[in-house]
Formats: sequence, structure tokens, C-alpha cells
Amino acid sequence: MTDGKLDLHGAARRRFLSAGLKTGLVTGFGAGLVRPATAGEGQRQLSDRLPPWMRQAGAPFSSYGQPSSHEDGVIRWVSANRDMPGNGASWCPLHELEGIVTPNGLHFERHHNGVPAIDPARHRLLVHGAVDRSLSFRIEDLLRYPLRSRVCFLECGGNSNPGWNRQPSQGRAGYTHGLVSCSEWTGVPLATVLGEAGLQSGADWLIAEGADAFAMNVSIPLRPGWERGLLALYQNGERLRPENGYPLRLILPGWEGVLNVKWLRRLHVADRPAMVRNETAKYTELLPSGKARQFTHTMEVKSLITRPSAGMRLPGPGLYALSGLAWSGNGRIRRVEVSVDGGDTWREAALEEPVLPYCFTRFRLPWRWGGGVSRIASRAVDETGAVQPTRAELIARRGRHGFFHYHAIVTWEIDEEGSVGQVYDRRSDAPDGELDIDAGWF
Amino acid sequence: MIVAATLLTASWISMPVGSEPPAGPGLGRQVSPEEIAHSDVTVFPDGAGLPPGRGDARAGETVYRRDCLACHGPDGLGGSAEPLAGAQRGLTDEYPEKTVGSYWPFATTLFDFNRRTMPPHAPGSLTGDEAYAVTAYLLFLNGIVEENQVLDAAALARLRMPNRDGFVPVDARP
Repeated sequence: MTDGKLDLHGAARRRFLSAGLKTGLVTGFGAGLVRPATAGEGQRQLSDRLPPWMRQAGAPFSSYGQPSSHEDGVIRWVSANRDMPGNGASWCPLHELEGIVTPNGLHFERHHNGVPAIDPARHRLLVHGAVDRSLSFRIEDLLRYPLRSRVCFLECGGNSNPGWNRQPSQGRAGYTHGLVSCSEWTGVPLATVLGEAGLQSGADWLIAEGADAFAMNVSIPLRPGWERGLLALYQNGERLRPENGYPLRLILPGWEGVLNVKWLRRLHVADRPAMVRNETAKYTELLPSGKARQFTHTMEVKSLITRPSAGMRLPGPGLYALSGLAWSGNGRIRRVEVSVDGGDTWREAALEEPVLPYCFTRFRLPWRWGGGVSRIASRAVDETGAVQPTRAELIARRGRHGFFHYHAIVTWEIDEEGSVGQVYDRRSDAPDGELDIDAGWF
Repeated sequence: MIVAATLLTASWISMPVGSEPPAGPGLGRQVSPEEIAHSDVTVFPDGAGLPPGRGDARAGETVYRRDCLACHGPDGLGGSAEPLAGAQRGLTDEYPEKTVGSYWPFATTLFDFNRRTMPPHAPGSLTGDEAYAVTAYLLFLNGIVEENQVLDAAALARLRMPNRDGFVPVDARP
């Protein structure tokens, strides 16, 4: 501290201790006797022994709390089209966070033409198409409905896609893999509202549309899993943030992010998909055959060590608490294994309760770093037995140009100085340095 | 209603006990066909939902120069936005190029996308004729229609895109 006032108190404290030693009056703790004061001792202040924030009144109440100014580096990383700043994404800083719930202000974003400023009093949800009754709901109507909450992850289909590149990304873990977040969402069960409208025979698809400047729409199959859906009004206890769909969004636990339409204004029930841009030109995965996987809605089993991770530095050999996240669109995480020798051997990590379906699961494992080059990685297995693949396995299965749904094992290397970076697994590409993600995002 | 109830019951099997969808208070207001028509802009690949209007690539080039060229570049290539035409490499090449001509399976998708969201600074501002025309221009740039070929709802729905059979459904069948 360079604060003059603090220095003064420090000086006073030193003088007091010095005087005590000279006169032999400093007694051991617990002497238990009331000692007669010596001259001048009655003038001393308790504050001499207090940190500065205990010596002055604190800040007043705030109507909406904010993080500490010391944490102002814990932010989303924004990347968008230069001519269209509302078309891009912001990555969640997973490497800075703990537990399983993402703070609302740090939840990842993917917008196609900005965040709309919606007046909730004028917003409507229209349900129509292959239903017995076409219905229009106001937000105040939906707030009167019985609500349900579900803690679940939400992941963009394009999350982690730098993994398809020939060179491993050296970005921070969240800024490479953080198009995923986890919240408690509260809303009206989708089944309640569709039940009121009355699904007709052949009502196999739901075409959802948002009220943004992209009129973002997508076709959702009414196949098992849709009944988990919520018409969400709240996120982590408070009304949705504008960038997360205020005043109403769709939440489909375990299913690809793009299906979870924000700013929801219309549900068109149909017997077939509309084949819109975001289920044909985008969010489809080109295979080596030239054909593309379409309607890949289930987010596959995945995990990531968040601490330590790329861009961090271990201060020295010793005991570390490995911490990470696992999740699967198939349901619960059954097991997470961690390797600290580059995948030669695996140990089971502890899963922290609660372990919920379609939800982040936090895993932990103590690890003693000896100081040498080490490779750490995590591998998740979900309740269906699906195992997170190595990068080589994923590429063997899907080729290199899928762009979406990259969910391979992530390996961090700690060098002799303790610096952490990303490496690919052993059977990976020759490092020719050329970036080969096909087609831009924005 | 019986059909709906059956469908819902079947789906509920995977839900935890006690979490059947609660009955709602029935606050949805029944809407008229006119109100639905006002809001419904869904376009299907068979042409259902396409609005009135018509245009060809010549007219579309004017729209493109006004609304699209700044971001998408001349001839649908080279701007800050993604390439729309001019793919040099195929979908099985080492560096595949996914353009309207090489990748998009339905022309109706292109029309719908143009109409609902382009141009980004004034989404929804294209007239029906302009939306058909600029769609025709992009299809012309991709060698799919002739320059003077007029597109309307019926003609657009009849077009067969080169990559029509290029997709394999995974989690749901169309």
C-alpha cells in the first residue's frame, strides 16, 4: 500500500511493538491477567491493527449488485462480424468460474442480428398450425401459468470448433469451449401450452421463430425429448436477460443451442420441417463423402478441465485441485476419468453433487505436479454409456469439415515452467500451420 | 383432442414421476385466420407459405447492388459476409466451399432467408417482388437459373437445387 494513512498506522504499530520489547512488557498470549496500563497505552486505537477496509464505513446498499472491481477481468470474450456487430458470439469464461451455474451476465451469446429491445407488454406468443385451437399468449398470461424449473446446460452447435483446426487453439479454455453455459431456467412447460392448443394428428414438427432482427427460426422435431421443453421466463431466479431472450425463450434441455429460440414469438406446428437456413446451410455437418449430417440435435457427451487450463501458469510443483465440467445431451454424466500422462492411464474423478440430467456436472481430482512436462485430459461417459472420443476418433468418424458438434477430449500440456497450453492427442495431424475451418460464422 | 392426448401421454413416459405437465389456466386467446396470416411467414420447401410477387435476375441485380453488395461483394464473393456464389472447390475437396449453389438444398430457403432478415440494417424491407428478384439473381450467379428467368412462388418451388440430396437426417426425419 502506498496510502499515506496506512503508512502512518504501520509506523505507529512498529513503535508500539518496539516500546513493548524494550520494557519487557509484552506478555505471552493467554496470560489471563488484566495488566495495568503503562503511560500512553490508553491512547492507542484498535484501528492500528485493522486493514483499511475495517477502518472506514463501507459502501452503501446497491439496488442491483455487481461483481468486485477486482474481478473485472472475468468477462465474456466477444467476436463478431466487422460490418455487422450484432452477428457473432460471446464466449463464457469457463476457466474463471466454479460450480455448475453460470452467472447471468456471463452466459454465452450467439446472436445473428443483435439483441432486440422488446416491450413485454406488446410481445405475443402465437401458437398455430396443426392444432385444434390457434392461441395467442401475452407474457402476463404466461406468468400466471404453473411454472417448472430445470437446471440444464445450453450449448451452441458450433462450440469448440477450433478443435477442427490443424493447430490447437491456445485461447483460454472458455474462449475456445465456452459457447456453453448452465442455468436454472424457469418457465411454462411447453407441453402445457401445446396441450391447450391441441396437437393434431401428424403434428411432428414445431417451427419456432424469434422476434429479433433476424426473425431467427428453426424446425424442432416433436420426438421424445421435446416434452422437457420450457417456455422460459426466468433464468437463475430473475427474468431473462435481453441477450438471453427476454421476455420469452424456448429451452430444450440437451438439444443444440440453436433450437432454444430466444425472443420467442411464434410456434408453428407442422407435419414437416420448413428447411430454413439454420437447419440446411448452417448447423449441418459436412462429411468426407460430401453428404452432410442434418438435424443433429442431441449435444454429445463432453468434458473439459477448466483449472488448470490454457493460458494459466502453475507457480511451482506441488498439490493442485484439478477441476472441470462434464455434460451430455443424452442425460446424466455417469463417470469422468482424468489422465495426467497424456492418455496412457486414466483415473476416475469425483463427481460433485448434484449430478443432474442435461446439466453441467463438476468433477474434481487432486493431482501432484512434479514439475516436469505433463499432459492432463478428461474423458466423460454418460448414462447411456456414450464415451467422449479422442480427437483422432472424432475425425475418423466425421472427417474434418463438420464445423459443428466438436466434442473430443481436450488435452492441456503443462511445460517445465508451469505454463499451460493445448496439445492434440498423439495420433493427430502433422502441424502444417494452416487453419482449415470451412466457412466463416458471421 | 384424443390424438393430442395420446401423443402427449406417450411422450411423458420419459419424464420423472410427478412431473407431468401441469394443466394450464387456458389464458390463450383464440386467434382468427386473418391474425395468423398476418404473423405467419413460414415458407416450406414445397412452396407453401410463399407470398405473391415475381422477379428475375436483372431486376435482382439492382436490389443486390443497393442492399447486398457492400457486405457480400461483387458477384456474391469477396465481402465481409460469407460467399454466396463462385465455389471453386467441391464438397469432398480438402477445403470445401459451401455456397448457395454448392450446398443449399432448397431455393425456397434462400427466398425465405432474404425476405425475413436481409439486409441486416433493414430486415423485412424487401418487397415481395424484390425478394423474388434478388433470389433469382443469387441463383443466376450460381448458374441455377437464366438471367431472364422469372421466379414467382410456383417457379421457385419447382427449382431443384444441385445439392438437394446432400443431407442425411440424424436425430429426426423430415
